[in-house]
Amino acid sequence: MIRVLAVVLLALAGAVPAGALEPGERLADPALEARAREIGKTLRCLVCQNQSIDDSDADLARDLRAVVRERLSAGETDRQVVAYVRDRYGDFVLLKPPFQPSTYALWAAPVVLFGLAALTVVVVLRRRRGAADVARLSAEEEARLARLLDDGRR
Amino acid sequence: MIPELGVFALAVAFVVTLVQSTVPLLGAARGDARLMAVGSAAATAQLLFIAVAFAILTLAYVRSDFSVANVAENSHTLKPLLYRITGVWGNHEGSMVLWVLILAAFGWTVAALGHNLPPSLKARVLAVQGIIGALFLAFILFTSNPFERIVPVPVEGRGLNPLLQDPGLAFHPPFLYLGYVGFSMAFAFAVAALIEGRVDPAWARWVRPWTLAAWCALTVGIALGSWWAYYELGWGGFWFWDPVENASFLPWLVGTALLHSAIVVEKRDALKTWTVLLAIITFGLSLLGTFLVRSGVLTSVHSFAVDPARGVFILGILILLLGGAFALYAARAPALKGGGLFAPVSREGALVLNNLLLCTAAAVVLVGTLYPLVLDAFGGGKVSVGPPFFNLTFVPIMVPTLLAVVVGAMLSWKRGDLAGVMGRLWLAAGAAGLVAVATLGLGGLRHALAALGFALAVWLVVGIAVDLAARLGLGTVGARDCLRRAAKLPRSAWGMAVAHAGLGVVVAGITASAHWQVEELRLLRPGETVALASYAVTFDGARQVRGPNYSAWEGRLVVRDGDRLVATLLPQKRFYPAEGQTTTEAAIHTTWLADIYVVLGKAEEGGAWSVRLYHNPLVPWIWVGAVVMALGGMLSLSDRRHRVGAPRRAARAGSEPSAAKA
Repeated sequence: MIRVLAVVLLALAGAVPAGALEPGERLADPALEARAREIGKTLRCLVCQNQSIDDSDADLARDLRAVVRERLSAGETDRQVVAYVRDRYGDFVLLKPPFQPSTYALWAAPVVLFGLAALTVVVVLRRRRGAADVARLSAEEEARLARLLDDGRR
Repeated sequence: MIPELGVFALAVAFVVTLVQSTVPLLGAARGDARLMAVGSAAATAQLLFIAVAFAILTLAYVRSDFSVANVAENSHTLKPLLYRITGVWGNHEGSMVLWVLILAAFGWTVAALGHNLPPSLKARVLAVQGIIGALFLAFILFTSNPFERIVPVPVEGRGLNPLLQDPGLAFHPPFLYLGYVGFSMAFAFAVAALIEGRVDPAWARWVRPWTLAAWCALTVGIALGSWWAYYELGWGGFWFWDPVENASFLPWLVGTALLHSAIVVEKRDALKTWTVLLAIITFGLSLLGTFLVRSGVLTSVHSFAVDPARGVFILGILILLLGGAFALYAARAPALKGGGLFAPVSREGALVLNNLLLCTAAAVVLVGTLYPLVLDAFGGGKVSVGPPFFNLTFVPIMVPTLLAVVVGAMLSWKRGDLAGVMGRLWLAAGAAGLVAVATLGLGGLRHALAALGFALAVWLVVGIAVDLAARLGLGTVGARDCLRRAAKLPRSAWGMAVAHAGLGVVVAGITASAHWQVEELRLLRPGETVALASYAVTFDGARQVRGPNYSAWEGRLVVRDGDRLVATLLPQKRFYPAEGQTTTEAAIHTTWLADIYVVLGKAEEGGAWSVRLYHNPLVPWIWVGAVVMALGGMLSLSDRRHRVGAPRRAARAGSEPSAAKA
């Protein structure tokens, strides 16, 4: 936490708008560069307002872009590169939250919420149909109604 | 002297809202028409005093009266008049004054147009509006006084964040607030109905136009914000799943659900308790959005001031209003039972499905937005929930929603014939299938998602066309009969078709731009040419230009298609000395089928500039579609039956004529 804060403060002090990814930063190998772009889109620029390092023009984002490219050039896999950055900056740097105990609830939410909502709808509709059945007259009541109506007519 | 009158006007308005929030309630409880009539007078007075305060603040901005701290902090004499005016709501205090102004205006419409509402319902609605107004006026007076003076008076103001000096963003907040605050009407009607203990089709006829109006405004507001992000932030994106974007999207999603469930209440007298709950939740999410943005718990361009006292105050308002409404709901909702029965496969059933999916989508976005905050608060560590999460969870929920839109609108009330409807939709299904296959054929399996998106868009638009054609009897009756049927078809039916078709256009735009954006990132020397999609773009160099309150480097890029000159683009990199900030102004040429989007980057040695060029296919359709959706809503709003005041309750109005005068 303190480390993140320190990074934030340092970067804020030196933050000068520079423009996101610059032509000079790119790798010569287009395949490797494409991988770097994809990775860049999933890493958060820690000093920005919810931007990925690929979109951001902060210095920290540029440094991270350089780190990603350096690691990729050294032959690391995408997974290794992301792990390297995550080890240094924590889960906060991942725009796609990892699947781990602290985020089980987050990832389960869509399925659980939809399931619960659907279940509620089904139960309510069922109960309403039940209520409609109760409202229908039994054979006995039908007979009584007929008798009463007959009385009325006479 | 004049600014002090502004504070005074706000204070008077606050006292008026105190009266408005109590006396009419008392009158309604006692059946005293005179006490109830106080509500209308108070609502009018409230609007008047807040309008005076707003006018005084605007005047201070126009005259650059820097003795007012708010003006000094957010304005500048060199700022163009338009941005001096829009600067009024470009800051926390001023935007809250706009908030209460819109709230008072909505409340006043009930007073002015609600002459044929049952007097007790009208009194209670006005009282609830009064309570909301009182809370927010207190918030302004106690934590965010926009008229505070500053000594010594600065010679010059600090200026407005240059990002906000832009036509798209200048009008983004008013539309957004019209939406947020518009939903307070649904809330007020819901709470009033709970107090009354009755919800009937007439109630829904009153709630729908306001919800529809709020929804239209919110749609436009969100579209403006997204459009601004697209051309101002400079990398061609239009939606970032930023917490603040989500905060405006949540009320939109649930408000859309509310719009649809209110139809069931009106037409079939069913889903009453659910609709009342939705009305409360929709406004609750609007308040939550206000809280998230204004409290500074989220870091964003939108949080102007990080002041814990304000956050706590708004949280208090949120808890008070929602807590009260939910408690009332728990106590009274069971009494609202009853209503029409329907089979699962029916128009009602489809609208329930719509609500189910939209609310789940909203819940998922809400969880994703708040999860990092909550986890951190409980010491669970820091995580980020970014676009990858939302894309993975939101999109799967939207797919069945979009599929159901067409089918649901064609099912009949009470008991529908699904097989019959599907049989009539063979053309739409065929067209969608064809487009999907063509997309896969051209792009390969890697574009499976794009194929799905296009298929859904085609399904929507063709499906709606098929339904409309059938209603007009195209191909079965003569041209004249067709026209007569078209004229007879209710505006609300046209509105629905237009809004749903707009949704299809949005889907197509999002799909194409997400999958086929072409990006060129180049270091260009004057005279150099880049190929972008089918165009050739030549860089003619950059020069310095001056604006009213900024200086800029302006690049010149000429776009050619073969020998034909398509456009000359002038992207800028601006520096605002008053604020000490730089902004990028992208230059965009649109063909309506695609945008050519150019951003000037940094100057390098030897007169070279880094330039980003994008070809964004169908991207304008996103905003065109959103505007079409809002137009559909307005078309529906113009339907005779929805016109405010249309539902007549002759017996009731006749029995209490005295109440109508106020």
